[in-house]
Amino acid sequence: MDKPEEEIWDIEISPRNNLLDLKLKDVWHYRDLLVLLVRRDFVAFYKQTVLGPLWFFLQPLATIVLFNFVFANIAKISTGSIPPPVFYLAGTIIWNYFSDCLTKTSTVFKDNSAMLGKVYFPRLIMPLSIVLSNLIRFAVQFILFLLLMVIYSVQGYPIHPNFYLLLFPVLIVLIAALGLGLGMMISAVTTKYRDLTFVVSFAVPLLMYTTTVIYPLTTAQAKYPKYSWLIKYNPITVVIETFRKGFLGEGSFNWSLLGFAAVATIIIVIIGTIIFNRVEKNFVDTV
Amino acid sequence: MTKVIKVENLSKAYQLGDFGTGTISRDLERYWARIRGKEDPFLKIGELNDRTQKGTSDIVWSLRDLNFEVERGDAVGIIGRNGAGKSTLLKILSRVTSPTVGTVKIKGRVASLLEVGTGFHPELTGRENIYLNGAILGMRKAEIKRKFDEIVDFAGVDRYIDTPVKRYSSGMYVRLAFAVAANLEAEILVVDEVLAVGDAEFQKKCLGKMGDVSKGEGKTVLFVSHNMGSVRQLCDKGILLTNGQIAFTGNTEAAIKNYMNSSLDPKSGIVAIGTLTDTIKIKSVTVNGSPLDVAITPKDEIKVCIKYQCLKYLPGFRISLTLFKDGVRVLTVQDLEESVPIEPGYYRSDIKLQSYFLRPGTYSVAVGGHNTNHTNFSFGNVEWFFVTDISSFEVLEEWSSAYDFNNLGIINLPNTNGVRTAIGSDD
Repeated sequence: MDKPEEEIWDIEISPRNNLLDLKLKDVWHYRDLLVLLVRRDFVAFYKQTVLGPLWFFLQPLATIVLFNFVFANIAKISTGSIPPPVFYLAGTIIWNYFSDCLTKTSTVFKDNSAMLGKVYFPRLIMPLSIVLSNLIRFAVQFILFLLLMVIYSVQGYPIHPNFYLLLFPVLIVLIAALGLGLGMMISAVTTKYRDLTFVVSFAVPLLMYTTTVIYPLTTAQAKYPKYSWLIKYNPITVVIETFRKGFLGEGSFNWSLLGFAAVATIIIVIIGTIIFNRVEKNFVDTV
Repeated sequence: MTKVIKVENLSKAYQLGDFGTGTISRDLERYWARIRGKEDPFLKIGELNDRTQKGTSDIVWSLRDLNFEVERGDAVGIIGRNGAGKSTLLKILSRVTSPTVGTVKIKGRVASLLEVGTGFHPELTGRENIYLNGAILGMRKAEIKRKFDEIVDFAGVDRYIDTPVKRYSSGMYVRLAFAVAANLEAEILVVDEVLAVGDAEFQKKCLGKMGDVSKGEGKTVLFVSHNMGSVRQLCDKGILLTNGQIAFTGNTEAAIKNYMNSSLDPKSGIVAIGTLTDTIKIKSVTVNGSPLDVAITPKDEIKVCIKYQCLKYLPGFRISLTLFKDGVRVLTVQDLEESVPIEPGYYRSDIKLQSYFLRPGTYSVAVGGHNTNHTNFSFGNVEWFFVTDISSFEVLEEWSSAYDFNNLGIINLPNTNGVRTAIGSDD
């Protein structure tokens, strides 16, 4: 045999790999696994339940009923000209998608250690499957949102969908990438120091109030002119406001804010991936 | 021959005890050294992994400077005692964890079976799990579809294929899982002791399948097992690991022999119980001259040699030998017919057994002794001691017609001279 063939190796296992080498070719090879994992999550979710996929509806419905009761009726926080239930639902489904991606991704190593500790496949598959599984959930809840929108506009409420709703796919990518990126950053730490899992479990629900899920950005700006930039520049706020602007016709939107959110998201995803790549190699020893 | 695996200077260090080096400042110190490209300051103090010795450092080298090559079509058995680094090596080869130092170069796809049924979801049906498990092991959907019938056939679970696997018996579960892995189209198969599960018939089927894979299809197999019988049956080369280092490489027989003879201290971690533990000290127990894991064929005799020291005169003493298999006491025999007085000093007792009385499997040896005071005999007056797991041996499945009496169970007895008589009717 000739020397060159002898020196061609398919796999090289070494202590450290290139941080930016995402092994996307590997991920592509395992795309069937990605689909099957998403399917597994979906099927396993409603097996042996009576209501099945209906549970996807019940959670946001219960949330908006409660929000309507507490924030619209008791606290009397204005939602502008939009009827409160539609207003809340728009914020809630986006927030839920983000927070589900974030919390699940942040414990991905811990939750799947049994599987990841026994067999190799590109680790990136795991968080990607989380993002896709939750996307299905989001899609179901989005249908609920459209239904509610139609019901209210038939009743004559001022709901004006417009061309901004063409940005919808961009918004979905942004929110998914944000959850994924932040989740991957946290996942690196939770494998070694479990403390952060507890922080995530109470901080994420609280963080919701720093975005515009239950109030319009304009109200926040009117009440706290000094600090409202914290809310304004939160990429999640940008996504929610743009979403409301497109589908309901009311919301604060400008292109530069969206551009800012996009750049911030890209940076977060890159950092998250680098960290994830570092941890995946040896997490089995520390998890 | 083409080399398909090349391992160079492979080492893996583990930290004992708590995670991290203990303090954040030390974690930072390591991190700083790494950034500058220097050697990790805490790895320098590492020591070899001998679990029986209390180490002085928190870092042990589970693997240390491994160098070997595997050629296409080889079936390599990796043997060694518990904690020798076998599983760590397999984990690195299957890319579950990465080495601390060194590289491994591989040609072709690796399918690793460190556990059967990884990723099986109890709520999904057998069919769905075949697809999921196959995909986890790196198969494409089309590939699984093509092999589907073969897999179901091999597992023999045709009837239950659309039942959730949580309703499966554990045997069926394992069969299905192994069937998926065994039908993988990979060039290199890495197998940990997963065959320890499942019934004997299925174990044979798996070994047969793996043999076919390595001999017939020219694939490479790396196999870790404590069962010397299966290693002998399956592998043509052996690597013996001792405390994370390669102690021997070569053909299987020589590797196994080396393993058997490696003079390891068998007494570590062995606890004696009873009232005589301070009077009678067991010095060594060997089976056919070796302290541990002796492989015995049915034609061999089992010669157990017990060396001990007596520190005090006892009026009526004898030594007993007990064999356990899977926690079941198989037999207990005494070294002498009667208890006789013993003076302080050193002694050895030899006990011989015919091995063909024992059906194949691993037996654990326990040694005991009791002193009966003849002048004042009552049950509470018996002084005794008992030491379990002091040695072990394995009876191999190498039957010749002279010994195989078609028995099942633990004991293999010659056929009794039974007589069959026609009795006409059933009254």
